[in-house]
Amino acid sequence: MPRLKIEDLDKIADQQRRKMTVREGGGKAKITVHMGTCGIAAGARNIMSTFLKEIEAHNAHDVILTTSACAGLCSREPMATVELAGQAPVKYVDLTEEKAKKIFASHVLQGKLVQDYALSIGSERIQ
Amino acid sequence: MKQYRLQVMVCAGTGCVSNHSFELKEALDREIKKHNLQNETEVVYTGCNGFCGAGPIVVVQPDGIFYQLLKVTDIPHLVEEHLLKGRPVKKNLYTPPAEKTPIPKMADIPFFSDQTLIALRNRGMIDPEKIDDYIARGGYKALAKVLTSMKPDEVMSEIKASGLRGRGGGGFPTGVKWETCKKAHGDTKYVICNADEGDPGAFMDRSIIEGDPHAVIEGMIIGAYAIENVHQGYIYVRMEYPLAIKRFQIAIQQAREYGLLGKNIFAKGFDFDLDVRRGAGAFVCGESTALMASIEGRPGEPRAKYIHTVEKGLWDCPTCLNNVETWVNVPQIILKGAKWFSSVGTGDVSIDPWGGSKGTKVFSLAGKVNNTGLVEVPMGISLGDIVYKIGGGIREGKKFKAVQTGGPSGGFIPESMLDIPVDYEELTKIGSMMGSGGMVVCDEENCMVDMAKYFLKFTQEESCGKCIPCREGTKRMLDILERITIGEGTEEDLLLLEELSNMIVESSLCALGGSAPNPVLTTLKYFREEYEAHVKNKKCPAKICRQLLTYTIDQKICLEIGHGCGVCKKNCPDAAIIGERKTVHYIDPVKCGKCGACYDVCNFNAIIIE
Repeated sequence: MPRLKIEDLDKIADQQRRKMTVREGGGKAKITVHMGTCGIAAGARNIMSTFLKEIEAHNAHDVILTTSACAGLCSREPMATVELAGQAPVKYVDLTEEKAKKIFASHVLQGKLVQDYALSIGSERIQ
Repeated sequence: MKQYRLQVMVCAGTGCVSNHSFELKEALDREIKKHNLQNETEVVYTGCNGFCGAGPIVVVQPDGIFYQLLKVTDIPHLVEEHLLKGRPVKKNLYTPPAEKTPIPKMADIPFFSDQTLIALRNRGMIDPEKIDDYIARGGYKALAKVLTSMKPDEVMSEIKASGLRGRGGGGFPTGVKWETCKKAHGDTKYVICNADEGDPGAFMDRSIIEGDPHAVIEGMIIGAYAIENVHQGYIYVRMEYPLAIKRFQIAIQQAREYGLLGKNIFAKGFDFDLDVRRGAGAFVCGESTALMASIEGRPGEPRAKYIHTVEKGLWDCPTCLNNVETWVNVPQIILKGAKWFSSVGTGDVSIDPWGGSKGTKVFSLAGKVNNTGLVEVPMGISLGDIVYKIGGGIREGKKFKAVQTGGPSGGFIPESMLDIPVDYEELTKIGSMMGSGGMVVCDEENCMVDMAKYFLKFTQEESCGKCIPCREGTKRMLDILERITIGEGTEEDLLLLEELSNMIVESSLCALGGSAPNPVLTTLKYFREEYEAHVKNKKCPAKICRQLLTYTIDQKICLEIGHGCGVCKKNCPDAAIIGERKTVHYIDPVKCGKCGACYDVCNFNAIIIE
């Protein structure tokens, strides 16, 4: 390892930021892929890896990718929910790899939701 | 760089390691591979999370789901349900005592949410064996700031203004200590980190080192820069802390490779290096002069401090010694400013450095509380809040009796004083002390005489024997306490205990002797009725001191429920139990050795202890 210069501290911190965002929470966007049995059967794993590859490719270290159980609309799986910080979550249905890439590029990175694939805005209420 | 969506944080503090957290990680890696999740999941070791009572602990990020008391056999289910399908496994979550619904998120658990983290800010967040993790959390930024934009004097005034005081127990203002060392004559000076944590039940320093060793190193480099003429430092760790020693050595090696230790740090012309020195585990070596003697290779005995160690310490050079927790606070003060630090805590330190207690203090909470572990709280919080809010109250709904702060040098604090704020002066005022931060909670089943005896036995055994008051005095005190607990004490003994205590406090060479009688003095003051019950009525109200108990058999239970089963008779080593099978049994009080074997084996609770 080379001796560090002062500016190297920021470089290292930057490289590690993705790891730290996952640990510390926060981040500007959160993608939840619904991974119930129905979702997995419909190909949710593929959608998950597509999102993960996109995050890597765009070095989007402030995007958190997580999973949840069945969303209750099994016929429209694979599904994913995209939630930008401070905005209502948006549910996307009938996803494919192509659609996932488009959603990532448009909604997650630029903040423009993809109306064509979206099911609804907001979440059901929990009593 | 590889991006993971999940981080599984496995606690690798000593508590969790001894509960097999290394095996947990192996199992996690295995199961993750099985489900083909290895490209999206990273399993990471972290330092101590503090909630040692719930260990082994695993936290799954990004959602911060907190799993406790895990076994290797829980892992396959956990990986499939949570890591693959995103469903947290309920049975391994934490449920607060007396409640039914588990709390999935770490941040929502009162034990964590009521704490304020400065010294432990990186706990559970970084892998202590990776310097890059530390840097990612702002590590070595304070050092960069100091070397590029601050003169040594400016660093000094920042530390002074912060009101930081020694966390090892004495509470001496850190800035004042540094300044005295700086003003002392000498071209060669040293800094030392005291990691010889010896109090029974205390593990703050150990956990800090194991979880965040670089923070200690960074604090020491900054201290060396501020004091000037310091180019070598030592970390004195006891041998019983193998993991702490290992992590320090790894951290020092990494810092050297990055050029953060050694010659010309950050190319700013400042040289400083560090080495680990291992102690053999003598309690007295936590005392500064004994510690320095030990580093020099001499027997670990204290000397009289007419001349302080900041003027003549290690090899007679001016030496600045601070505790682990003190050093860890330094980088944060530099980064966030003295004002931020002094906004937490009690009193006002702007004129008098002893005028208040600032920042936070780490306590290791042990004994009869529900949540045992490591807690960091702001100075000024009440003892009651620590015991009931963070500690979750007394185990099994029993009644609180006392809390012992400051380890064997501290005192017992009764229930009536639970609302006093935790700061250096307040604790000293009531006869206890902050100490290094051990906190042992006693419930109604603890005998205060027995507890005082336990702590005194510890200090007596650890007394180095150099000065007579400590060597002989504590021995005689212990004799008296032994006498009281076997029913041979008299009322004069209580007066003698007090007299001896005061003599030892006044005439001992070092703080070990000077504080050893504290547990006895405080229990005599606040729990005198228990001593009186022992000496006057020859009874132990908490039913701990066996020689003062009488064992009898409830005849009705023995005959009607137990049908004279005879198990007690078979197990009595003194052949003190009389009676034939299917008839009532009796204990012969003359023969009874009061061992309690009959009580332990009776299936019908027919043995009565009074």
